[in-house]
Amino acid sequence: MSGRLTRRRVRLLAGVGAVVAVIVVLLMTGLGKDPSVIASPLVGRAAPNFTLPQLDGPPVTLAKLRGQIVVINFWASWCTECQVEQLALDQTWQQFRDSGVVVLGVDFEDSTDAARSYVRTDGVAYPVVEDSSSKTALAYGLRGVPETFVVNSSGRIVKHVIGPVGGAALTSDLNSMLARAQ
Amino acid sequence: MSQLGTYLLLFGLAVSGYGLLAAAVGAKAGRPALVESARRCAYALFVIVAAAAATMLAALLTNDFAIGYVAGNSARETPVFFKALALWGADDGSLLLWNLILAGYIAAVALRFRTDRPPTFPYALSVLFAVQVFYLILVNGPARPFASLASPPADGRGPAPLLQNHPLMAVHPPFLYLGFIGFTVPFAFGVAALLAGQGSDQWVSIIRRWTLVVWCFLTVGLVLGALWSYSVLGWGGYWAWDPVENVALLPWLCSTAFLHSVMLQERRGMARLWNIALVIGAFALTTFGTFLTRANVVSSVHAFAQSSVGPAYLAFLALVLLGGFGLVAWRLPELRTPASLTSAISREGAFVANNVLLLAATAIILLGTTFPLVVEAVSGQQITVGGPYFRSAVTPVFLLILLLAGTAPLLPWRATNRARALRRLRVPAAAAALVMIATAWAGVHQAAAVAGFGLATLVFVTSGQEILSGLAIGRHGTRGGAMRALARGRRRHAGLVVHMGLALVAAGIIASSSLAQQDQVTLKTGQSTVFAGQVLRYQGLHADRQPQRIVLTATVAVTNPGGGSAGTLDPRMNLYPATTAPIGSPSIRRGIVWDLYASVISLQDSGGSATFRFYRNPGVNWLWFGGLVMALGGAAAAWPGRRRRDPGGDKGVSPARGRTAVEAGAR
Repeated sequence: MSGRLTRRRVRLLAGVGAVVAVIVVLLMTGLGKDPSVIASPLVGRAAPNFTLPQLDGPPVTLAKLRGQIVVINFWASWCTECQVEQLALDQTWQQFRDSGVVVLGVDFEDSTDAARSYVRTDGVAYPVVEDSSSKTALAYGLRGVPETFVVNSSGRIVKHVIGPVGGAALTSDLNSMLARAQ
Repeated sequence: MSQLGTYLLLFGLAVSGYGLLAAAVGAKAGRPALVESARRCAYALFVIVAAAAATMLAALLTNDFAIGYVAGNSARETPVFFKALALWGADDGSLLLWNLILAGYIAAVALRFRTDRPPTFPYALSVLFAVQVFYLILVNGPARPFASLASPPADGRGPAPLLQNHPLMAVHPPFLYLGFIGFTVPFAFGVAALLAGQGSDQWVSIIRRWTLVVWCFLTVGLVLGALWSYSVLGWGGYWAWDPVENVALLPWLCSTAFLHSVMLQERRGMARLWNIALVIGAFALTTFGTFLTRANVVSSVHAFAQSSVGPAYLAFLALVLLGGFGLVAWRLPELRTPASLTSAISREGAFVANNVLLLAATAIILLGTTFPLVVEAVSGQQITVGGPYFRSAVTPVFLLILLLAGTAPLLPWRATNRARALRRLRVPAAAAALVMIATAWAGVHQAAAVAGFGLATLVFVTSGQEILSGLAIGRHGTRGGAMRALARGRRRHAGLVVHMGLALVAAGIIASSSLAQQDQVTLKTGQSTVFAGQVLRYQGLHADRQPQRIVLTATVAVTNPGGGSAGTLDPRMNLYPATTAPIGSPSIRRGIVWDLYASVISLQDSGGSATFRFYRNPGVNWLWFGGLVMALGGAAAAWPGRRRRDPGGDKGVSPARGRTAVEAGAR
């Protein structure tokens, strides 16, 4: 490129650089957000109670789990993104099951056979209930699957994640909740 | 297939990387052989990227759920048509389309300049390849459309319900992409001119036509998007000032400004720096818009969930802004314009005003779109800027733009003969006044609406009158033929046609936003209501189980005031297994003057009663038609013409120099 680096040019270039820097910094603040954590109107409210039949085991009533932290995960065997988060949920269950945390899968719009075979092949270790009438899904204002609600020991929803949950974020949330409880 | 696609994309990246290097080194070292090899690379790149997109298409059509994208966006029961559309239904796949269109543009540039190459060509080619390298890095790194799943599911999730509800999804995104991505070409030639140190006006004549074509695509894309929103979303409107709609409008406004100010440079050698800044600005705005859409920075109906490309886009945007405007700053001394404005009331003055207004509209919309970001960054509060801000801030600017479009075509260059312009304004001004009186008399009381109808009339009549007088000159002229006269002043006449389209669009927007009626009613089966003078009777619900969804249709019989049947409306609700919320489909009885539009809001007692929202939307179809007229006018202006030495259709209006050199350069 021809031309000398005059003082005027330096000033102009510095100006362009400064404006671009401001724009970039501003836009960067937007990047830090996690769009899957939404300000759900349910957060802070009591989790709607339910009693649902377990795939393999006795029915589960949410109210009876009061005193424990419950991670309610809505999923379905036909849902690809549910597979993505499956491992993180299993690890959370293994890590926290003895510290008063329950991971509970709620099967949504699914057939019992498909759900069973999914649980078997993907090695889902935590309890899974069936919401065959979708009443629980409606009560939780479900938009689709996967969606995850974290309910604290006093039965209030403290977090709502749309889309697959991240294992690290869930672990740190649970750790801080458990620390606060002690 | 996952592997084939992955390798193709990797290969494409390598080829475009080579193209970038070869073109850049060839340009710098003056080695034509290298440039030629880079030029041929463009064809190879297009074939490779097309093969990658075809691979994804094949995977979608053959239900290859081992590919995560296919499993997430298609299902066995999805109709074949919508399986194919899933190619651009989500982030990763749409980046494939993006790459394909960009490669297509590069191949088109390579083909266009296969023999006669301006000195800036090698630089432009390297800029084009550089942009393609970025987009190919995206699909090889942060977004991986061909990523495979460890254990493929038996069936996929299916496309997002909204995207499998209407065939317009087949055309809206491709047109919008053709428009968005197309701005890469003017940007590349603008930057090339700066890199090569070409202070001349040659670059501008090269890209005028490219920009026009791209502008037409974007116009069609925007109109189709509005039409989709109107026909699918069921809220009775077509433009919601959603951030993603806004960012698609921004480059359109910016490039419209360029298409006008480019004439200043072609005719008078003015506004060189300005024009380059506009071209770079338009491309930067498309990049910014893409960043905003795909990085989840703002919430929007268009936002792609879970995208990981944000930081990459931001880096690219910074590079475009720094590189583009840094180069402008560097070349500032050489780009200084020799000519200056002789009179404010002249064609030149009007073009300057046009640019000021269009950029003011751009700034207002950009501000409103990014304001929530600024507030959140500064105070941590989440706010949204809605329609009222945009409507109240933009309306006066758009009205002034109409005033300008209705008068500026009459103004002479350099302001030699203003009396003639005033004389020619008589008929349009009288028509506008008449329409304003008529609308006010008919009961329209909003001042902006009355003024808007008047100004739209002014634009329409002025443009029509100028086209007709062009014809008349031909008829009485020495060389005959009305068509010949039209063809001779093609650029001017085509521009006037665009203005007529604009007048139609404006009238449609004003009518639909100020005169629409709506009502929400709950009807039991057999019950009826009167809306906008027509009797609407709910006849009952009909359920239809389709493989991929359940469709609930609520039939409403429409009766005219006189008692004659005016057909039925059948708004629907679609239930998809993947979502709990039903997706509504409105039913529209379209008419030249107004549409009757119905949506089902909710159903009670298994369809024994239903809540409807009815709309009477005047002028909506003028908007679609006007958009088509604008695009056709733009296409006519961009259409390649014959070389000739003839100052042509601006005869009598323009005492400035002829267009021969410019036209020849643009070809």
